[in-house]
Amino acid sequence: MSGAPGVIIAGAAETDQVGRLPGHSTLALHLEAAVNAVRDAGLHLRDIDGIATVSSPGPVQVAHALGIVPRWIDGTGVGGTSFLLHVRHAAAAIRAGYARTVLVTHGESGRSRVGATPYRGAPSSPAGQFEAPYGTFGATTTFTIPALRYMKDFGLTHEQLAYVAVAQRRWAAKNPRAAYRDPITVDDVLASRMIAYPFHLLECCLVTDGGGALVVTSADRAGEFPKPAVHVVGTGESSETPLISQMADFTDSQAFRLAGRDAFAEAGIGPADVGHLMIYDAFAHVPIYGLEALGFVARGEAGAFIADGHTEPGGSLPLNTNGGGLSYTHTGMYGMFAILEAVRQVRGEAAAQVGPPDISVVLGNGGFFTTAGVLVLGRHPRP
Amino acid sequence: MPVPTGKPVPEPTPETKPVPYPTPETQPFWDGCAAGELRLQRCTDCGQAYFYPRPVCPACGSVNIEWFTASGQATLYSYVINHRPAPGFEAEAPYAIAVVELAEGPRMMTNLVGVPNTPEDLVLDMPLRVTFEPRGDVYLPMFTPAREGSAP
Repeated sequence: MSGAPGVIIAGAAETDQVGRLPGHSTLALHLEAAVNAVRDAGLHLRDIDGIATVSSPGPVQVAHALGIVPRWIDGTGVGGTSFLLHVRHAAAAIRAGYARTVLVTHGESGRSRVGATPYRGAPSSPAGQFEAPYGTFGATTTFTIPALRYMKDFGLTHEQLAYVAVAQRRWAAKNPRAAYRDPITVDDVLASRMIAYPFHLLECCLVTDGGGALVVTSADRAGEFPKPAVHVVGTGESSETPLISQMADFTDSQAFRLAGRDAFAEAGIGPADVGHLMIYDAFAHVPIYGLEALGFVARGEAGAFIADGHTEPGGSLPLNTNGGGLSYTHTGMYGMFAILEAVRQVRGEAAAQVGPPDISVVLGNGGFFTTAGVLVLGRHPRP
Repeated sequence: MPVPTGKPVPEPTPETKPVPYPTPETQPFWDGCAAGELRLQRCTDCGQAYFYPRPVCPACGSVNIEWFTASGQATLYSYVINHRPAPGFEAEAPYAIAVVELAEGPRMMTNLVGVPNTPEDLVLDMPLRVTFEPRGDVYLPMFTPAREGSAP
Protein backbone atom coordinates (compact mmCIF):
# COMPACT_ATOMS: atom_id res chain seq x y z
CA MET A 1 0.00 0.00 0.00
CA SER A 2 3.02 2.26 0.32
CA GLY A 3 2.68 5.18 -2.04
CA ALA A 4 -1.12 4.94 -2.24
CA PRO A 5 -2.82 8.30 -1.82
CA GLY A 6 -3.82 9.03 1.74
CA VAL A 7 -7.35 9.15 3.11
CA ILE A 8 -8.65 11.16 6.06
CA ILE A 9 -11.69 11.45 8.27
CA ALA A 10 -12.66 15.09 7.79
CA GLY A 11 -15.95 15.14 9.67
CA ALA A 12 -17.22 13.14 12.63
CA ALA A 13 -20.22 13.56 14.90
CA GLU A 14 -22.80 11.80 17.01
CA THR A 15 -26.48 12.57 17.29
CA ASP A 16 -27.22 15.54 19.56
CA GLN A 17 -27.93 13.06 22.34
CA VAL A 18 -27.39 9.36 22.93
CA GLY A 19 -29.35 7.28 25.41
CA ARG A 20 -33.12 7.01 25.44
CA LEU A 21 -34.61 8.87 22.46
CA PRO A 22 -38.18 7.68 21.87
CA GLY A 23 -38.81 10.73 19.69
CA HIS A 24 -36.36 9.53 17.03
CA SER A 25 -36.84 6.73 14.54
CA THR A 26 -33.84 4.71 13.40
CA LEU A 27 -33.86 6.68 10.14
CA ALA A 28 -34.07 10.01 11.94
CA LEU A 29 -31.02 9.07 14.00
CA HIS A 30 -29.07 8.40 10.77
CA LEU A 31 -30.11 11.74 9.35
CA GLU A 32 -29.33 13.78 12.45
CA ALA A 33 -25.90 12.21 12.72
CA ALA A 34 -25.26 12.76 9.00
CA VAL A 35 -26.14 16.44 9.16
CA ASN A 36 -23.94 16.88 12.23
CA ALA A 37 -20.96 15.15 10.62
CA VAL A 38 -21.20 17.07 7.36
CA ARG A 39 -21.43 20.31 9.33
CA ASP A 40 -18.43 19.21 11.42
CA ALA A 41 -16.47 18.91 8.16
CA GLY A 42 -17.57 22.37 7.08
CA LEU A 43 -19.27 20.90 4.04
CA HIS A 44 -22.76 20.78 2.57
CA LEU A 45 -24.73 17.62 1.85
CA ARG A 46 -24.40 18.35 -1.88
CA ASP A 47 -20.64 17.81 -1.49
CA ILE A 48 -21.22 14.13 -0.65
CA ASP A 49 -20.88 11.75 -3.60
CA GLY A 50 -20.54 8.41 -1.82
CA ILE A 51 -22.75 6.78 0.84
CA ALA A 52 -22.19 3.83 3.12
CA THR A 53 -24.33 2.34 5.86
CA VAL A 54 -25.76 -0.97 7.02
CA SER A 55 -28.55 -2.67 5.13
CA SER A 56 -31.42 -1.34 7.24
CA PRO A 57 -32.53 1.37 6.54
CA GLY A 58 -29.76 1.13 3.94
CA PRO A 59 -27.63 3.49 1.90
CA VAL A 60 -30.31 4.17 -0.72
CA GLN A 61 -32.82 5.28 1.91
CA VAL A 62 -30.31 7.41 3.80
CA ALA A 63 -28.98 9.05 0.62
CA HIS A 64 -32.44 9.79 -0.70
CA ALA A 65 -33.66 11.23 2.58
CA LEU A 66 -30.69 13.62 2.62
CA GLY A 67 -30.95 14.56 -1.07
CA ILE A 68 -27.62 12.90 -1.83
CA VAL A 69 -27.13 11.47 -5.33
CA PRO A 70 -24.34 8.92 -4.88
CA ARG A 71 -21.95 7.64 -7.47
CA TRP A 72 -20.61 5.08 -5.00
CA ILE A 73 -22.71 2.94 -2.61
CA ASP A 74 -21.74 0.46 0.09
CA GLY A 75 -24.39 -1.44 2.04
CA THR A 76 -22.09 -3.82 3.90
CA GLY A 77 -24.11 -5.05 6.86
CA VAL A 78 -22.09 -7.47 8.95
CA GLY A 79 -23.04 -6.31 12.43
CA GLY A 80 -21.63 -3.66 14.69
CA THR A 81 -18.25 -3.49 13.00
CA SER A 82 -19.79 -2.61 9.62
CA PHE A 83 -18.86 1.06 9.94
CA LEU A 84 -15.17 0.20 10.24
CA LEU A 85 -15.50 -1.79 7.04
CA HIS A 86 -17.31 1.14 5.42
CA VAL A 87 -14.33 3.38 6.20
CA ARG A 88 -11.98 0.77 4.75
CA HIS A 89 -14.08 0.37 1.61
CA ALA A 90 -14.48 4.12 1.29
CA ALA A 91 -10.70 4.56 1.47
CA ALA A 92 -10.30 2.14 -1.43
CA ALA A 93 -13.04 3.85 -3.42
CA ILE A 94 -11.52 7.29 -2.88
CA ARG A 95 -8.10 5.99 -3.97
CA ALA A 96 -9.69 4.44 -7.05
CA GLY A 97 -11.50 7.66 -7.93
CA TYR A 98 -14.96 6.13 -7.52
CA ALA A 99 -15.92 8.80 -4.99
CA ARG A 100 -14.40 11.96 -3.57
CA THR A 101 -16.33 12.58 -0.34
CA VAL A 102 -18.01 9.62 1.37
CA LEU A 103 -20.59 9.82 4.15
CA VAL A 104 -20.80 6.83 6.54
CA THR A 105 -23.86 6.81 8.79
CA HIS A 106 -25.16 4.89 11.78
CA GLY A 107 -28.46 5.26 13.58
CA GLU A 108 -30.26 2.77 15.73
CA SER A 109 -33.30 2.94 17.96
CA GLY A 110 -31.88 0.02 19.89
CA ARG A 111 -33.70 0.73 23.13
CA SER A 112 -36.91 2.44 22.07
CA ARG A 113 -37.22 0.34 18.86
CA VAL A 114 -38.87 3.19 16.93
CA GLY A 115 -38.90 2.37 13.23
CA ALA A 116 -36.46 -0.44 13.93
CA THR A 117 -36.12 -3.68 12.01
CA PRO A 118 -37.44 -6.63 14.04
CA TYR A 119 -34.89 -9.16 15.21
CA ARG A 120 -35.69 -12.47 13.59
CA GLY A 121 -34.06 -15.43 12.00
CA ALA A 122 -35.51 -17.92 9.57
CA PRO A 123 -36.06 -21.36 11.14
CA SER A 124 -34.48 -22.85 8.00
CA SER A 125 -31.21 -20.92 8.40
CA PRO A 126 -28.23 -22.68 9.97
CA ALA A 127 -28.78 -20.67 13.17
CA GLY A 128 -32.52 -21.38 13.03
CA GLN A 129 -31.93 -25.12 12.77
CA PHE A 130 -28.90 -25.62 14.97
CA GLU A 131 -28.84 -22.86 17.60
CA ALA A 132 -32.22 -21.15 18.14
CA PRO A 133 -33.93 -24.43 19.17
CA TYR A 134 -31.65 -24.49 22.24
CA GLY A 135 -33.00 -21.23 23.60
CA THR A 136 -30.58 -18.64 22.31
CA PHE A 137 -32.00 -15.16 22.75
CA GLY A 138 -29.71 -12.50 21.37
CA ALA A 139 -26.17 -11.58 22.18
CA THR A 140 -26.32 -12.34 25.90
CA THR A 141 -26.80 -16.02 25.10
CA THR A 142 -24.34 -16.40 22.23
CA PHE A 143 -21.50 -13.89 22.38
CA THR A 144 -20.96 -14.98 25.96
CA ILE A 145 -20.61 -18.74 25.45
CA PRO A 146 -16.85 -18.86 24.72
CA ALA A 147 -15.90 -17.16 28.01
CA LEU A 148 -16.04 -20.17 30.34
CA ARG A 149 -13.66 -22.05 28.05
CA TYR A 150 -11.23 -19.14 28.19
CA MET A 151 -11.58 -18.98 31.99
CA LYS A 152 -10.75 -22.65 32.35
CA ASP A 153 -7.88 -22.72 29.85
CA PHE A 154 -6.16 -19.54 31.03
CA GLY A 155 -7.26 -19.18 34.65
CA LEU A 156 -9.15 -15.92 34.13
CA THR A 157 -11.08 -15.30 37.36
CA HIS A 158 -14.60 -13.99 37.83
CA GLU A 159 -13.04 -11.02 39.62
CA GLN A 160 -10.77 -10.21 36.65
CA LEU A 161 -13.71 -10.40 34.27
CA ALA A 162 -15.68 -8.07 36.53
CA TYR A 163 -12.76 -5.65 36.68
CA VAL A 164 -13.12 -4.89 32.97
CA ALA A 165 -16.39 -3.12 33.82
CA VAL A 166 -14.77 -1.34 36.78
CA ALA A 167 -11.91 0.01 34.62
CA GLN A 168 -14.24 1.29 31.95
CA ARG A 169 -16.50 2.96 34.47
CA ARG A 170 -13.48 5.01 35.57
CA TRP A 171 -13.30 6.42 32.04
CA ALA A 172 -17.06 6.96 31.89
CA ALA A 173 -16.86 9.00 35.10
CA LYS A 174 -14.95 11.61 33.08
CA ASN A 175 -17.50 11.71 30.25
CA PRO A 176 -20.65 13.80 30.79
CA ARG A 177 -22.39 12.01 27.91
CA ALA A 178 -21.85 8.54 29.37
CA ALA A 179 -24.99 6.72 30.46
CA TYR A 180 -23.41 5.42 33.67
CA ARG A 181 -20.78 7.48 35.50
CA ASP A 182 -20.93 6.43 39.16
CA PRO A 183 -17.89 4.46 40.33
CA ILE A 184 -18.35 0.71 40.77
CA THR A 185 -16.31 -2.02 42.45
CA VAL A 186 -15.69 -5.65 41.60
CA ASP A 187 -18.11 -6.55 44.39
CA ASP A 188 -20.78 -4.34 42.80
CA VAL A 189 -20.32 -6.13 39.48
CA LEU A 190 -20.45 -9.59 41.03
CA ALA A 191 -23.52 -8.61 43.07
CA SER A 192 -25.42 -7.35 40.02
CA ARG A 193 -28.14 -9.54 38.54
CA MET A 194 -27.01 -12.67 36.74
CA ILE A 195 -27.83 -12.42 33.02
CA ALA A 196 -26.08 -15.45 31.56
CA TYR A 197 -23.58 -17.14 33.89
CA PRO A 198 -20.76 -16.18 34.12
CA PHE A 199 -21.97 -12.72 33.01
CA HIS A 200 -23.67 -10.33 35.43
CA LEU A 201 -25.65 -7.29 34.36
CA LEU A 202 -22.70 -4.91 34.74
CA GLU A 203 -20.58 -7.13 32.48
CA CYS A 204 -23.09 -6.66 29.64
CA CYS A 205 -23.40 -3.62 27.38
CA LEU A 206 -26.13 -1.05 27.56
CA VAL A 207 -28.99 -0.95 25.08
CA THR A 208 -29.54 2.62 23.90
CA ASP A 209 -30.68 4.85 21.05
CA GLY A 210 -28.30 7.02 19.07
CA GLY A 211 -26.30 7.54 15.93
CA GLY A 212 -23.07 8.77 14.48
CA ALA A 213 -21.56 9.61 11.12
CA LEU A 214 -18.23 10.21 9.40
CA VAL A 215 -17.07 12.13 6.35
CA VAL A 216 -14.17 10.41 4.58
CA THR A 217 -12.15 12.04 1.81
CA SER A 218 -8.66 12.22 0.31
CA ALA A 219 -5.72 13.45 2.38
CA ASP A 220 -4.68 16.03 -0.22
CA ARG A 221 -7.61 18.09 1.09
CA ALA A 222 -6.46 17.85 4.71
CA GLY A 223 -6.12 21.61 5.18
CA GLU A 224 -9.59 22.46 3.88
CA PHE A 225 -11.63 21.49 6.94
CA PRO A 226 -12.31 23.19 10.27
CA LYS A 227 -11.10 20.27 12.42
CA PRO A 228 -7.69 18.56 12.39
CA ALA A 229 -7.54 15.76 9.83
CA VAL A 230 -7.53 12.21 11.18
CA HIS A 231 -5.52 10.03 8.82
CA VAL A 232 -6.69 6.51 8.01
CA VAL A 233 -3.27 4.86 7.97
CA GLY A 234 -4.19 1.19 8.17
CA THR A 235 -7.31 -0.97 7.85
CA GLY A 236 -8.27 -4.63 8.07
CA GLU A 237 -11.34 -6.83 8.00
CA SER A 238 -12.23 -10.49 8.28
CA SER A 239 -15.01 -12.89 9.22
CA GLU A 240 -15.09 -16.25 10.93
CA THR A 241 -18.48 -17.86 11.50
CA PRO A 242 -22.14 -16.84 11.75
CA LEU A 243 -22.64 -19.54 14.40
CA ILE A 244 -20.93 -19.07 17.75
CA SER A 245 -20.85 -22.85 18.17
CA GLN A 246 -18.57 -23.11 15.14
CA MET A 247 -15.93 -20.60 16.31
CA ALA A 248 -12.72 -22.56 15.81
CA ASP A 249 -11.08 -21.72 19.14
CA PHE A 250 -13.25 -20.37 21.96
CA THR A 251 -10.21 -18.63 23.47
CA ASP A 252 -9.08 -16.72 20.37
CA SER A 253 -10.89 -14.67 17.73
CA GLN A 254 -9.44 -15.48 14.34
CA ALA A 255 -11.30 -12.55 12.77
CA PHE A 256 -9.89 -10.09 15.34
CA ARG A 257 -6.39 -11.42 14.72
CA LEU A 258 -6.54 -11.33 10.90
CA ALA A 259 -8.14 -7.88 10.71
CA GLY A 260 -5.53 -6.54 13.11
CA ARG A 261 -2.65 -8.13 11.24
CA ASP A 262 -3.63 -6.46 7.97
CA ALA A 263 -4.29 -3.07 9.56
CA PHE A 264 -1.03 -2.99 11.48
CA ALA A 265 0.93 -4.15 8.42
CA GLU A 266 -0.60 -1.46 6.21
CA ALA A 267 0.13 1.20 8.82
CA GLY A 268 3.63 -0.14 9.41
CA ILE A 269 3.10 -0.14 13.18
CA GLY A 270 3.26 -2.53 16.09
CA PRO A 271 1.45 -2.51 19.44
CA ALA A 272 4.17 -0.33 21.02
CA ASP A 273 3.27 2.50 18.64
CA VAL A 274 -0.35 2.69 19.80
CA GLY A 275 -1.22 5.50 22.21
CA HIS A 276 -4.96 4.93 22.42
CA LEU A 277 -7.14 1.91 21.83
CA MET A 278 -10.83 1.20 21.35
CA ILE A 279 -12.03 -2.42 21.50
CA TYR A 280 -15.73 -3.02 20.92
CA ASP A 281 -16.94 -4.17 24.33
CA ALA A 282 -20.36 -5.71 23.99
CA PHE A 283 -19.43 -7.86 27.00
CA ALA A 284 -16.58 -7.76 29.49
CA HIS A 285 -14.62 -10.58 27.88
CA VAL A 286 -14.35 -8.93 24.45
CA PRO A 287 -11.57 -6.45 25.37
CA ILE A 288 -9.63 -9.41 26.79
CA TYR A 289 -9.87 -11.29 23.49
CA GLY A 290 -9.08 -8.10 21.58
CA LEU A 291 -5.95 -7.18 23.54
CA GLU A 292 -4.54 -10.63 22.88
CA ALA A 293 -5.60 -10.86 19.23
CA LEU A 294 -3.95 -7.53 18.45
CA GLY A 295 -0.74 -8.57 20.20
CA PHE A 296 -0.77 -6.06 23.06
CA VAL A 297 -0.29 -8.92 25.54
CA ALA A 298 0.41 -12.63 25.24
CA ARG A 299 -2.37 -15.22 25.23
CA GLY A 300 -3.96 -15.52 28.63
CA GLU A 301 -2.50 -12.31 30.04
CA ALA A 302 -5.16 -9.72 29.22
CA GLY A 303 -7.33 -10.24 32.30
CA ALA A 304 -4.41 -9.55 34.64
CA PHE A 305 -3.25 -6.66 32.43
CA ILE A 306 -6.59 -4.90 32.84
CA ALA A 307 -6.91 -5.78 36.53
CA ASP A 308 -3.45 -4.31 37.13
CA GLY A 309 -4.78 -0.95 35.91
CA HIS A 310 -2.92 -0.62 32.61
CA THR A 311 -5.99 0.32 30.58
CA GLU A 312 -7.74 2.73 32.97
CA PRO A 313 -7.08 6.45 33.54
CA GLY A 314 -3.39 6.89 34.30
CA GLY A 315 -2.48 3.53 32.76
CA SER A 316 -0.01 2.85 29.95
CA LEU A 317 -2.63 1.84 27.35
CA PRO A 318 -5.81 3.94 27.52
CA LEU A 319 -8.65 1.63 26.42
CA ASN A 320 -12.29 2.48 25.72
CA THR A 321 -11.92 6.01 26.99
CA ASN A 322 -15.54 7.02 26.36
CA GLY A 323 -16.63 4.34 28.87
CA GLY A 324 -17.33 1.84 26.12
CA GLY A 325 -20.44 -0.16 25.39
CA LEU A 326 -20.48 -1.14 29.06
CA SER A 327 -20.89 2.42 30.39
CA TYR A 328 -21.10 5.00 27.58
CA THR A 329 -23.68 3.86 25.07
CA HIS A 330 -24.49 0.81 22.95
CA THR A 331 -27.20 1.08 20.34
CA GLY A 332 -26.76 -2.47 19.06
CA MET A 333 -24.14 -1.72 16.39
CA TYR A 334 -21.61 0.12 18.53
CA GLY A 335 -18.69 0.26 16.08
CA MET A 336 -19.45 3.80 14.96
CA PHE A 337 -19.12 5.08 18.53
CA ALA A 338 -15.74 3.39 18.91
CA ILE A 339 -14.50 5.12 15.75
CA LEU A 340 -15.89 8.47 16.89
CA GLU A 341 -14.12 8.30 20.26
CA ALA A 342 -10.84 7.49 18.48
CA VAL A 343 -11.36 10.47 16.18
CA ARG A 344 -12.02 12.74 19.16
CA GLN A 345 -8.87 11.50 20.90
CA VAL A 346 -6.67 12.01 17.83
CA ARG A 347 -8.14 15.48 17.33
CA GLY A 348 -7.64 16.30 21.00
CA GLU A 349 -11.31 17.01 21.74
CA ALA A 350 -12.37 13.98 23.83
CA ALA A 351 -14.09 14.34 27.19
CA ALA A 352 -11.42 12.16 28.81
CA GLN A 353 -8.56 13.33 26.63
CA VAL A 354 -5.37 11.27 26.78
CA GLY A 355 -2.79 12.62 24.69
CA PRO A 356 -3.47 13.40 22.07
CA PRO A 357 -2.15 10.12 20.69
CA ASP A 358 -0.21 9.94 17.44
CA ILE A 359 -1.84 6.58 16.75
CA SER A 360 -5.25 5.29 17.85
CA VAL A 361 -6.47 1.80 16.99
CA VAL A 362 -10.12 0.73 16.76
CA LEU A 363 -11.14 -2.95 16.84
CA GLY A 364 -14.75 -3.57 15.90
CA ASN A 365 -16.74 -6.74 16.37
CA GLY A 366 -19.70 -7.79 14.28
CA GLY A 367 -22.25 -10.34 15.44
CA PHE A 368 -20.82 -12.71 18.04
CA PHE A 369 -17.12 -12.99 17.13
CA THR A 370 -18.61 -13.24 13.61
CA THR A 371 -16.80 -10.42 11.82
CA ALA A 372 -14.10 -7.91 12.66
CA GLY A 373 -12.74 -4.64 11.40
CA VAL A 374 -9.67 -2.72 12.51
CA LEU A 375 -8.77 0.90 11.79
CA VAL A 376 -5.42 2.50 12.55
CA LEU A 377 -5.98 6.26 12.80
CA GLY A 378 -3.18 8.79 12.98
CA ARG A 379 -2.53 12.46 13.61
CA HIS A 380 -0.11 12.34 10.69
CA PRO A 381 -0.11 10.66 7.27
CA ARG A 382 1.52 7.28 6.93
CA PRO A 383 5.26 7.96 6.46
CA MET B 1 -51.95 3.08 6.32
CA PRO B 2 -50.59 5.65 8.74
CA VAL B 3 -47.58 4.57 10.72
CA PRO B 4 -47.80 5.55 14.38
CA THR B 5 -44.89 7.71 15.43
CA GLY B 6 -43.02 7.41 18.66
CA LYS B 7 -44.02 3.81 19.24
CA PRO B 8 -42.02 0.67 18.58
CA VAL B 9 -43.22 -1.69 15.90
CA PRO B 10 -44.52 -4.74 17.78
CA GLU B 11 -42.46 -7.85 17.18
CA PRO B 12 -43.99 -11.29 16.83
CA THR B 13 -43.97 -13.07 20.17
CA PRO B 14 -43.95 -16.83 19.62
CA GLU B 15 -44.98 -18.65 22.78
CA THR B 16 -43.54 -21.98 21.82
CA LYS B 17 -39.95 -23.08 21.47
CA PRO B 18 -38.43 -22.69 18.00
CA VAL B 19 -38.77 -25.71 15.74
CA PRO B 20 -36.02 -26.27 13.16
CA TYR B 21 -37.13 -26.24 9.55
CA PRO B 22 -35.01 -28.73 7.59
CA THR B 23 -33.62 -27.86 4.18
CA PRO B 24 -32.76 -30.49 1.55
CA GLU B 25 -29.11 -30.56 2.57
CA THR B 26 -29.90 -30.94 6.28
CA GLN B 27 -32.78 -33.42 5.95
CA PRO B 28 -30.53 -36.51 6.42
CA PHE B 29 -29.38 -35.08 9.76
CA TRP B 30 -32.93 -34.66 10.99
CA ASP B 31 -33.93 -38.07 9.61
CA GLY B 32 -31.08 -39.50 11.68
CA CYS B 33 -32.28 -37.76 14.83
CA ALA B 34 -35.76 -39.21 14.31
CA ALA B 35 -34.13 -42.66 14.03
CA GLY B 36 -32.11 -42.11 17.22
CA GLU B 37 -28.83 -41.59 15.40
CA LEU B 38 -26.51 -38.58 15.31
CA ARG B 39 -25.50 -38.41 11.66
CA LEU B 40 -22.59 -36.27 10.50
CA GLN B 41 -20.92 -35.61 7.19
CA ARG B 42 -17.39 -36.58 6.25
CA CYS B 43 -15.27 -35.65 3.24
CA THR B 44 -14.24 -38.74 1.31
CA ASP B 45 -11.20 -36.95 -0.10
CA CYS B 46 -9.55 -35.51 3.01
CA GLY B 47 -11.43 -37.37 5.74
CA GLN B 48 -12.62 -34.24 7.58
CA ALA B 49 -15.78 -34.77 9.63
CA TYR B 50 -17.86 -31.61 10.01
CA PHE B 51 -21.06 -30.02 11.25
CA TYR B 52 -23.39 -28.18 10.36
CA PRO B 53 -24.59 -30.09 7.26
CA ARG B 54 -23.55 -28.57 3.94
CA PRO B 55 -22.50 -29.85 0.55
CA VAL B 56 -18.87 -28.64 0.51
CA CYS B 57 -16.00 -29.78 2.73
CA PRO B 58 -14.82 -26.74 4.74
CA ALA B 59 -11.32 -28.19 5.03
CA CYS B 60 -10.48 -28.91 1.38
CA GLY B 61 -13.36 -27.70 -0.79
CA SER B 62 -14.29 -31.14 -2.04
CA VAL B 63 -17.90 -31.93 -2.88
CA ASN B 64 -17.33 -35.65 -2.32
CA ILE B 65 -19.21 -36.01 0.94
CA GLU B 66 -20.69 -38.99 2.79
CA TRP B 67 -22.97 -39.30 5.80
CA PHE B 68 -21.99 -41.51 8.72
CA THR B 69 -23.42 -42.23 12.15
CA ALA B 70 -21.40 -40.64 14.94
CA SER B 71 -20.77 -42.33 18.28
CA GLY B 72 -22.92 -39.86 20.18
CA GLN B 73 -20.09 -39.35 22.67
CA ALA B 74 -18.99 -35.81 23.46
CA THR B 75 -17.39 -33.61 26.08
CA LEU B 76 -18.59 -30.27 27.44
CA TYR B 77 -16.64 -27.50 25.67
CA SER B 78 -18.31 -24.35 27.05
CA TYR B 79 -21.68 -22.96 28.11
CA VAL B 80 -23.68 -20.15 29.65
CA ILE B 81 -26.56 -20.48 32.10
CA ASN B 82 -29.21 -18.18 30.72
CA HIS B 83 -31.40 -16.26 33.16
CA ARG B 84 -33.37 -14.32 30.50
CA PRO B 85 -35.32 -17.06 28.79
CA ALA B 86 -36.08 -17.12 25.12
CA PRO B 87 -39.81 -17.31 24.28
CA GLY B 88 -41.02 -20.79 25.17
CA PHE B 89 -38.21 -21.46 27.64
CA GLU B 90 -39.71 -19.60 30.61
CA ALA B 91 -40.36 -22.74 32.65
CA GLU B 92 -36.77 -23.92 32.38
CA ALA B 93 -34.89 -20.72 33.25
CA PRO B 94 -32.18 -20.57 34.23
CA TYR B 95 -31.05 -23.10 31.65
CA ALA B 96 -27.70 -23.93 30.11
CA ILE B 97 -26.93 -23.28 26.46
CA ALA B 98 -23.92 -25.44 25.80
CA VAL B 99 -21.44 -26.23 23.06
CA VAL B 100 -20.20 -29.81 23.07
CA GLU B 101 -17.24 -31.33 21.27
CA LEU B 102 -18.17 -34.59 19.60
CA ALA B 103 -15.75 -37.53 19.78
CA GLU B 104 -15.40 -37.25 16.00
CA GLY B 105 -14.20 -33.62 16.30
CA PRO B 106 -17.02 -31.27 15.28
CA ARG B 107 -18.77 -29.12 17.85
CA MET B 108 -22.46 -28.34 18.16
CA MET B 109 -24.78 -26.28 20.32
CA THR B 110 -27.15 -28.16 22.61
CA ASN B 111 -28.99 -28.22 25.91
CA LEU B 112 -27.93 -30.41 28.82
CA VAL B 113 -30.56 -32.75 30.24
CA GLY B 114 -30.59 -35.17 33.15
CA VAL B 115 -28.30 -32.92 35.19
CA PRO B 116 -28.97 -29.79 37.22
CA ASN B 117 -27.97 -26.77 35.12
CA THR B 118 -25.70 -25.21 37.74
CA PRO B 119 -22.03 -24.21 37.60
CA GLU B 120 -21.27 -26.88 40.19
CA ASP B 121 -22.85 -29.67 38.18
CA LEU B 122 -21.64 -28.58 34.76
CA VAL B 123 -17.89 -29.04 34.67
CA LEU B 124 -16.05 -28.32 31.45
CA ASP B 125 -14.73 -31.42 29.66
CA MET B 126 -17.18 -33.74 31.48
CA PRO B 127 -18.17 -36.73 29.29
CA LEU B 128 -21.60 -36.59 27.70
CA ARG B 129 -23.72 -38.71 25.41
CA VAL B 130 -26.44 -37.79 22.96
CA THR B 131 -30.13 -38.28 23.56
CA PHE B 132 -33.05 -37.12 21.43
CA GLU B 133 -36.09 -35.11 22.44
CA PRO B 134 -39.16 -34.37 20.32
CA ARG B 135 -39.75 -30.76 19.22
CA GLY B 136 -42.62 -30.14 16.83
CA ASP B 137 -42.22 -32.62 14.02
CA VAL B 138 -38.51 -33.25 14.52
CA TYR B 139 -36.25 -34.70 17.20
CA LEU B 140 -33.52 -32.50 18.67
CA PRO B 141 -30.17 -33.84 19.80
CA MET B 142 -29.58 -33.10 23.48
CA PHE B 143 -26.72 -34.24 25.69
CA THR B 144 -26.67 -35.87 29.11
CA PRO B 145 -23.82 -36.95 31.38
CA ALA B 146 -22.26 -40.23 30.28
CA ARG B 147 -21.92 -42.79 33.03
CA GLU B 148 -18.46 -44.28 33.45
CA GLY B 149 -18.09 -47.54 31.55
CA SER B 150 -21.52 -47.46 29.95
CA ALA B 151 -21.98 -47.61 26.21
CA PRO B 152 -23.55 -44.50 24.66
